[in-house]
Amino acid sequence: MFALYLRDVRLALRSGSGTANALAFFLLLVLLVSLGVGPGREGLAAVAPGMIWVGTLLSCLFSLDRMFVPDHDDGVLEVLVTGPAPVEGIAAAKALAHWTTIGLPLTAASPFFAYLFSLPAGAYPWLVLSIAMGTPALSFIGMFSAALTFPLRRGSLLLSLLVLPMYLPTLILGVQTVKLAAVGASMLPVLLFLGGVTLIAVAATPFAAAFALRANLG
Amino acid sequence: MNLGHGSGAGAASRSTIWDYANPARFMSATGRILPAASATAGGTLAVGVFWSFFLTPDDYQHGATVKIMFLHVPAALMAINGWLMMLAASLVWLVRRHHVSALAAKAAAPVGLTMTLIALATGAIWGKPAWGAYWVWDPRLTSFLVLLTFYIAYVALWEAIDNPDLAADLTSILCIVGSVFALLSRYAVLFWSQGLHQGASLSLDRESHIDNAYYVPLLVCIAGFVMSFLVLVLLRTRNEIRLRQLAVRTARRDLA
Repeated sequence: MFALYLRDVRLALRSGSGTANALAFFLLLVLLVSLGVGPGREGLAAVAPGMIWVGTLLSCLFSLDRMFVPDHDDGVLEVLVTGPAPVEGIAAAKALAHWTTIGLPLTAASPFFAYLFSLPAGAYPWLVLSIAMGTPALSFIGMFSAALTFPLRRGSLLLSLLVLPMYLPTLILGVQTVKLAAVGASMLPVLLFLGGVTLIAVAATPFAAAFALRANLG
Repeated sequence: MNLGHGSGAGAASRSTIWDYANPARFMSATGRILPAASATAGGTLAVGVFWSFFLTPDDYQHGATVKIMFLHVPAALMAINGWLMMLAASLVWLVRRHHVSALAAKAAAPVGLTMTLIALATGAIWGKPAWGAYWVWDPRLTSFLVLLTFYIAYVALWEAIDNPDLAADLTSILCIVGSVFALLSRYAVLFWSQGLHQGASLSLDRESHIDNAYYVPLLVCIAGFVMSFLVLVLLRTRNEIRLRQLAVRTARRDLA
């Protein structure tokens, strides 16, 4: 399983598809929002927490439909699922690799994007912490949805339909953490709830995804 | 324990609900009760709507708009209970592999989706005179919009998969995992916005907030919505079973 994790991380980094695309997409989103909202610092700061989190959600979403599809096409997935490793572990390894190649770089890049959005200085540590705590949930929920839809022809559109409703708790709590931090209020309870949602997602989705993988591979 | 498969005369001595997992038993039993159930549903709904629209007094604050409540509350109730029914049916499918259960969950989804839409639409019509806006981002309203997206996702997944057993498996697991996150977002939105929506009008464990002049017709309307929901779900389940039988027969004919 650790080998699978390393393999997935390596594949994502070498093909340059995952990490670079997610960051490039985020940069474009920042550009679009700034052009849409206007260059005023107050206006941008007001939408900054929400836009950074929405951008994180979408960047995670767009890389999900490639999580199982290439392995399914060349038959690797069937070998993995019928092999000795537990399917739950395979699912968890896939989600962790997604987080390492998408969630972690987004966490690292978030202060840079926050600066472009003129986020108040006091909110930076909490923004980074909330994205670090929230993105594992995004990867695991996304992995579960990808496990449901990977054999379908029009899977990627359906995938976003399935994923986004389940992303809402993370989005709400993540944005609220940053918003409260930006005005200097106590955000710790919200941040802890965000961590709770992540723990639920990490604990539950590998089992659900393993069930879906076995069902899909018949 | 009766396994529910091929339960014939041998099971008659100890009849359980699992007997109806046999599609033939389910079809004959529901075929017998459907006419009466449909009449009850239509009658209760007609009485409830007539009573609540024409025989109840106007509210001293809201005037006649209070009467929207008689459609709004039952629809909202059935929107949530419809999802709970799908959750229960999904669990039964995953644990006991009864096809009727999976088809009942599939049949309930569009009905529940419609109930959610009715609740949102009547709420919007009521919101304009009462709050001055058709839509406000209130936790309850937002939760219902979220519920609507979960219904849409569930129906879309059913539609996307051709193999019916695989579709039943995947939608069941989506229903279960989705329920967790729907519940989480219900409580997460409380951090996000202070509500305009009033508290619960009805409660099982507390004194009711509304006068009997409204309470009794509201209960009649709720009974009408519950019966209508049951009848619609039974009809749609029967349709699904017939479609499956038709597919089998067509396949057999093509093979012959």
